[in-house]
Amino acid sequence: MSPLAPVLAAAPESFLSRVGGGFFVDLVVKVVVVMVFVLVAPLVIGYMEHKVLAHMQHRLGPMEAGRFHGWAQLVADGIKFVQKEDIVPAAVDARVFTLAPAVVLVPYIALFVVLPFGRTIWAENFDVGIFYTLAIGSVTVIGTLMAGWSSANKFALIGALRAAAQLIAYELPLVLASVAVVMQSGTLSLVGIAEAQHRYWYVLTQPIGALIFLAASLAELTRSPFDMPMADSEIIAGAYTEYTGLKFAFFLLAEYAGVVALSGIAAVLFLGAYQPLPFLGFVPGPIWMLAKVAALSFIVIWFRATYPRLREDQLQRFSWILLVPLALADVLATAVVKVAVR
Amino acid sequence: MESYFQSYGVLLGLLVAGVGLVAVAFVAARVIAPHRPSPSKLTTYECGMDPVGEGWSQTQIRYYIYAFLFVIFDVESVFLFPWATAFVRLGMQAVVEMVVFVVILAVGLLYAYRKKVLQWA
Repeated sequence: MSPLAPVLAAAPESFLSRVGGGFFVDLVVKVVVVMVFVLVAPLVIGYMEHKVLAHMQHRLGPMEAGRFHGWAQLVADGIKFVQKEDIVPAAVDARVFTLAPAVVLVPYIALFVVLPFGRTIWAENFDVGIFYTLAIGSVTVIGTLMAGWSSANKFALIGALRAAAQLIAYELPLVLASVAVVMQSGTLSLVGIAEAQHRYWYVLTQPIGALIFLAASLAELTRSPFDMPMADSEIIAGAYTEYTGLKFAFFLLAEYAGVVALSGIAAVLFLGAYQPLPFLGFVPGPIWMLAKVAALSFIVIWFRATYPRLREDQLQRFSWILLVPLALADVLATAVVKVAVR
Repeated sequence: MESYFQSYGVLLGLLVAGVGLVAVAFVAARVIAPHRPSPSKLTTYECGMDPVGEGWSQTQIRYYIYAFLFVIFDVESVFLFPWATAFVRLGMQAVVEMVVFVVILAVGLLYAYRKKVLQWA
């Protein structure tokens, strides 16, 4: 009997299920809520990136669109992308080329279904929660490979292979760091992991795991300093070199959706999701969750403004020689401590 | 309270909605965006030069070895998840078993390292 069972029994149901009207009404409501979140949150993070990077470089960033500090810049960008000509080069494998943006984007949409924003504020609470998020998050590598291979372009091919090698190398530390958290909480459910942190956040007991997770998520997102697959000074835009218009926009949307998704997972695993800091319990849970996601996204952007890119061999060695053994040691150390203090 | 399969029904609904979103957006772009192809516009991008050879060229074999290494450790992590939720009840014996398992795989990584698979030269 897990010590969490009574806690979970007290909050077994999603707030969305209280709408009433049976399964299909629930389903439609949940899908709509998640889709709206998926379409809005990446735009907010994208705007944040424009602004934060600009101010870190003593610029103002977008100031015109929407009158007030350029808040509508990404909406305007989206409208512009739809109007751009969709060029499919003659050498391209057109069917795979067209399918690739969807294969990159749709898994991220499906990932948001399990993020908890409060004890009862989530769309679904799968019993294999964290396993599901890691599994579906890694589907995007297939989309990137599809994009790079179907482009029939040397830059795209190099970029896609770099991306694939990087994503699989950093998948391991990411998974192993999550395993350490699962061992401490005793459950795979994301709501369960968040509930297990009601006394203290796991960043305090798993600091090494948290750092490994942060580094590995940056690499999974192919964000600086791990942006070798997109290194614009040598391979143009990597796997996305041949893409124009809306298809390119979908890759961008997927990138920002990925930043939100991995910040969200990190917030659940290490920062207690909706759990407040001591003495600040009067602030509602969803605000805590959103604040943590925003703070982690800010760190991701901050890295981009701070660190130069790692070379390809340094990048691979960093994962295989440092992060993977360290994460394995972290898992075993957690196991020994947990059984010893049982 | 919804059943086990109903909760995955929501996931299915979301996947359908995601595919639908992409499909609708592509149709909208096809209606709105201009479409004026020309032979030079449809050439493969290669910094403005005419492309040399074809894009599906040979690449480094080392990516293939990384994929091998990855499969080994990813299968290990699949074994780790069920163990991670149950090992406290099973006690020190389960921990020792997992230590043996992890060490055997770690020796594999050490072997790859000694064979200089992880080096770039």
